[in-house]
Amino acid sequence: MSRAQASLAVLGAALVAFPFIAGNYALSVATLILYFAYTGQAWNVMMGFAGQLSLGHALYVGVGAYAAAGLFYHYGLGPWAGLWLAILLCVAMGLIVGFLAFRFGISGVYFALLTIAFAEFTRIGFDHLDWLGGPGGLFLKVAQRDTWDLANFRGPPLMYYYAMLALCFLALLLCSRLLGSKAGYYWQAIREDEEAAQALGINTFRWKMLAVAISSAMTAVSGVFFAFYYNNLFPEQIFHISRSIEIILGPIIGGIGTLFGPILGAALLTLLSDGITDGLAALGWEIPGIKQVFYGVVLLAVIMFLPNGVWPYIAKRLKL
Amino acid sequence: MALGLSVIFGVVRVVNFAHGEMMTVAMYAATVLFAGLGLDPFLSIIPVAVAFFFFGYALQRALINPFITRPEHSQFMLLLAVALIIVNGLLMIFGPSARSVQVDYQLESFEIGGILVDKARLYAALAAVATAAGLFAFFRTTRAGKAIRACADNHLGALVVGLDVKKLYALTFGLGAVCVAVAGCAMVLLVDVTPPLGPAYTLLAFVIVIVGGLGSMPGALLGGVLIGVSEALAGLLVAPSAKGMFSFGLLILILLFRPQGLLGKRD
Repeated sequence: MSRAQASLAVLGAALVAFPFIAGNYALSVATLILYFAYTGQAWNVMMGFAGQLSLGHALYVGVGAYAAAGLFYHYGLGPWAGLWLAILLCVAMGLIVGFLAFRFGISGVYFALLTIAFAEFTRIGFDHLDWLGGPGGLFLKVAQRDTWDLANFRGPPLMYYYAMLALCFLALLLCSRLLGSKAGYYWQAIREDEEAAQALGINTFRWKMLAVAISSAMTAVSGVFFAFYYNNLFPEQIFHISRSIEIILGPIIGGIGTLFGPILGAALLTLLSDGITDGLAALGWEIPGIKQVFYGVVLLAVIMFLPNGVWPYIAKRLKL
Repeated sequence: MALGLSVIFGVVRVVNFAHGEMMTVAMYAATVLFAGLGLDPFLSIIPVAVAFFFFGYALQRALINPFITRPEHSQFMLLLAVALIIVNGLLMIFGPSARSVQVDYQLESFEIGGILVDKARLYAALAAVATAAGLFAFFRTTRAGKAIRACADNHLGALVVGLDVKKLYALTFGLGAVCVAVAGCAMVLLVDVTPPLGPAYTLLAFVIVIVGGLGSMPGALLGGVLIGVSEALAGLLVAPSAKGMFSFGLLILILLFRPQGLLGKRD
C-alpha cells in the first residue's frame, strides 16, 4: 500500500468512527461537508477533468430534488424510485444544455453564462409550477426521526451522515477510475487544448457530452439527498445562482482537477464559515454581514496566493 | 450600467462579476449625499463618478491586472470574492432595510404626444444617453481612447508598439466604473436600494450585454432597450413574475444562434 492509500484508509476509518465521538451539531456539520465534497466532486468531472466551466449546477440539484420529492409527495413513491427519475431528468437536461452549447461551438465564458441562463430560466419556471408548490415551496412530511426507514430514506441524522459518506466514497472511487481511463485522458487533452485534441482524432463533442452526463447524474443524487435531508424545497433557494457558486467554491479552493481538492475544499470552507460564526459570537460582534466579509477576504487571499488550490500545495509538502 | 460592463469586457476581457454590487455602492453613495448634503442624485453623479473612476482604476491595478493571464474561472472567483465583500460590507454599514431618495419632481411627469413619461425616468434615460455619447467621443477622438481600442484589438500588438497596457486597462476599468456610478445615481430615484440588489443587477447586466454583444457599446444600448421592452411586454401579456423567464429565454436563444450578440463581432 502506498503512502497515499494508507492515509486514505486512516481518513476513511476516522470518518466511519466519527459519529461515535461527535455530538449532533458536529454530525450535521460533517454531513454538510460531505454533501459539498460530493457535489463538488460531481462538478469537478465537468470542469476539472473536461475543462467545461458550469456556473449552473444548482439546476441539477434542483431538478433532482424536485423530481424525487414530487414523486414522494404526490404518489408516496420513495426516493429509491425517485432517484432514477431524478438521474434521468438531470442527464436529459445536461445533455440538452451540452448538445446546444457544444453543437454551436460555445465555450469558455459564454458556456458558463449559458449554464447560468438555464438555471435561472428553470428557477423562474418552477416558481410558476403550482403542482410542485410554486414559490410557496414543497414540504415533505417529517417522519419519526429515531427509526431507520431505509425504504423511504427517513431516519436519524446518523443515517444521513453514513449515506453521504458512502456517496463520497463511491464518487471518489468513480472519479479516480475515470481519471485513469481512456475517457479521463481524452478529457484532459480537451481541457488543455481542444483544437489539438480534435486534430488528434478525438471526437471532442462526444466526450464532452459524456462528461456533462456523468456530472449531471452525480449531481442529481445530491439533489435527492438534499430534498430528503432538509424536507423543504423553494425554487428561490435551490436554483439560485448562489447555490451554484457554493458548489464550485470547494473544488476551486481545494484544487480543480484533483481528486482530493473538492473534499479538502468543502471541509476547509465549511469549517471556516463555522469557525468565523463561533469566533464572532465569542467576541460578541453581532453585526450582520461581517461573517461574509471575512469569508470573502479569506477567499481572496487563497485565490491570490494559491492559484492552483490548497490541495496541490499540501500534497507537495506531504509528498503524497 | 450594461455599457460599463461592455466596455470592461471589450477591452480587458475580464468578466466583471461584481458589476451590480458596484452599482449598489453608487446608489448608497447617492443616498448618503442626499441625506447629508441635500444633493440631488443627478448632481451627485459628478462626485460619485470621480470617486468611482479612482476606485475602478485602483481595483484593476491592484487586484485584477495580476490575473489577466490566469484562466477564466480564477478571474471569476476573484471578482466573486470582491462582490461578496462589497455586498456584506454594505450590509454591515447600512443594515438590511431599504433606502431611498425623495425629490419633489419624482412624481411629476411630462406628456409627450399623449404618452405620460415620469420626469425621473426621463432624466435617467438622458443621463444614460449623455454618458454613452461621452464614451463614444472619448473612444473615437482622443489619443487614450484610440490606444485603448488598440489594446482591445490586439493585446500583443499594443505591447509591441509600446503602449502601457496595464495602465490602459486600469483606465478602462475606471471608465466602466464611471458608467456604473452614473447608472447607480440615476437608479436611486427609480428603485429603493438594499444590499442584496447587487447580484440581481449583475445578472441583468449580463443578459443585456450578451444580447447586445459583449464588448460592443451600441450593442449594450440596444440590448438594454430590447430587454426592457420584452420584460414589459411579458409582464403585460403573461404574468409580471414570469418576465425574467423571457429575458433568460432570449439570452439562451441569442447564445445559441448568435453567441457574439446582435451587434458583436466574432473573436
